[in-house]
Amino acid sequence: MPNVVIVGGGPAGIRAASILVEAGLKPVLVNETRQVGGQGYRAPAKSLAVDINALMGSEAGKYQRLHSLFASLQERIDYRSGTLVWGVHEKVLHTLCDGTAGTIPYDALILATGATDRIMPLPGWTLPGVFTLGGAQVILKDQGCLIGNRIVFLGSSPLLFLAALQYHKSGASIAAVVDTTPLSAKRAAMRDLAASPRTLARGIVYRASLHMAGVPIIDGATPRGIDGEGHVEGVRITDGRGRERLIPCDAVAYGYGLKPETQLAELAGARFRFDPIFRLWLPETDADGRAGADLYLAGDGAAIGGADAAEASGALAAHALLTDMGRAQPEAELARLRREVERLRQFQRGLARAFAWPVAQSATLSDETVACRCEAVTVGEIRSAVHAPLGPREVNRVKAITRCGMGRCQGRFCGPALQEIVAGACVVPIAEVGRLRMQAPVKPIPLHAAAEMEP
Amino acid sequence: MPDEPKQRTHKGQFVRAVPRHGATLRLTIDRDTVEAVEGDSLLAVLLLNGRVVRHLEFGGAPRAGFCLMGACQDCWVSLGDGDRVRACTTLAANEMVVWTDPQKAHADA
Ligand SMILES: Cc1cc2nc3c(=O)[nH]c(=O)nc-3n(C[C@H](O)[C@H](O)[C@H](O)COP(=O)(O)OP(=O)(O)OC[C@H]3O[C@@H](n4cnc5c(N)ncnc54)[C@H](O)[C@@H]3O)c2cc1C
Ligand code: FES
Repeated sequence: MPNVVIVGGGPAGIRAASILVEAGLKPVLVNETRQVGGQGYRAPAKSLAVDINALMGSEAGKYQRLHSLFASLQERIDYRSGTLVWGVHEKVLHTLCDGTAGTIPYDALILATGATDRIMPLPGWTLPGVFTLGGAQVILKDQGCLIGNRIVFLGSSPLLFLAALQYHKSGASIAAVVDTTPLSAKRAAMRDLAASPRTLARGIVYRASLHMAGVPIIDGATPRGIDGEGHVEGVRITDGRGRERLIPCDAVAYGYGLKPETQLAELAGARFRFDPIFRLWLPETDADGRAGADLYLAGDGAAIGGADAAEASGALAAHALLTDMGRAQPEAELARLRREVERLRQFQRGLARAFAWPVAQSATLSDETVACRCEAVTVGEIRSAVHAPLGPREVNRVKAITRCGMGRCQGRFCGPALQEIVAGACVVPIAEVGRLRMQAPVKPIPLHAAAEMEP
Repeated sequence: MPDEPKQRTHKGQFVRAVPRHGATLRLTIDRDTVEAVEGDSLLAVLLLNGRVVRHLEFGGAPRAGFCLMGACQDCWVSLGDGDRVRACTTLAANEMVVWTDPQKAHADA
């Protein structure tokens, strides 16, 4: 039997596994987190008295279906939980589980690695008490904790309203939801958003519920900074009408949508193209997720699409893999899945406009603002590197000089902003400054584990 | 730089919204004894009891993690045995000794 390995235990990875099991294979499913379900559908630990149905709201049914699907598969797959894949080299995955290094060889690989928050630096964003928006949701499901007593949800993302509502239901006091995209941009995006009326309606309900609960919602604001001595004390904004406001709070959930985790795809040989709507370099795949020889990508790790698109694209990737093994697949089902993924990704293009990445904000950042939180590299240091005589105009060279993007997070959080800052300083289109390259390990690992990778 | 233990007498950054059932654990964080429940992550314990997790190696600014999901690497702390761990993906354990500042760990050894 061919050795098929799936990385990622979210909707995409679980669905891919189920198709392979139905075809009589026994895939390995590797998942970094201890709890299965991925980022949005993560199962809370048994010891936590979380009312998951209340937390998942209208998605509770889907959550339950995904987890019963996983339960039915567990005996028929080789599930490795709490295992990080930190490298890929010549068809071998390098793993780390509880401090112990290991390897998993594969014949075919499906990567369903999901996404992390996309962040734009802001004065004060490194203060204790500022967390990513996705992190704020994860800590609630994973640890039953709220990120603070009085919270501002700041940025622009459909998850802003969802997270705020989950926090409200969990008893948090919400100082405000501050969305940096004006309502006019949301109206303009309606055509793409109509591609998924149900999801659109859900978003409107989240917002209305918050409004009815008396949570202040501020649209089209420009964030000026997060203030505080040693920890967060307030968020300074200019609201849509040009008024300066300080919103007192002790925690901030901050984010601008999601960014695919593509590090493993790169190591496994995927090629990348610049996507002008997301303003990100995304891995190239065909409609079914093929990204190279024996390499398939699915879910948010391939292109941000949400949980439904993740499931459908996970199924597609598995069908593609089976097709390439010479096993005929049900054409009608494939066509249906392709339409589904296309429709949902179309919707995401609408979301990317309705909840915009703040390109203009990167140009107005003060030189003192920290861009790289790993090594405290400032925006000014990046700009002066670019402006120096014969200064670099390509992000990997800027990274080598300034160390922005070289720290332990491997540019996950400064990368998108670094591209914008360099393009802004060079006055060229962002695609021209290139793409930050990745290396193994994709996350820091103990030295002894890295040593074992040497042949 | 403010002294860590003093800050920890203030209430923490995190608020427990959902009770956790499990054995009570006792950990030492920079010489303070704190209680936790089996299943708590080290980061949750640190931030339920304080507002700072560490000080950055580059310039010493206070930090308290950021992504809460093992991606940003802004929550590394030292354990009594000298190991460095990522607090948000490490489970708290009974009698764990945690140092938010590696220098202090050395000074103590
Ligand atoms: C933080 C966050 C919170 C979200 N909250 C919600 C929500 O509340 N409701 C909602 O409807 N949608 C939510 N979403 C969106 C939705 O969850 C996603 O669209 C969906 O989960 C995507 O599924 P996926 O299978 O592609 O990836 P994910 O569900 O993200 O799963 C990816 C899995 O891969 C694992 N992984 C990644 N890299 C590696 C590696 N190198 N080695 C081993 N394992 C690895 C991860 O640990 C994770 O378990 C959230 C997204 C994020 C990022
Ligand atoms: S908080 Fe980001 S890695 Fe722990």
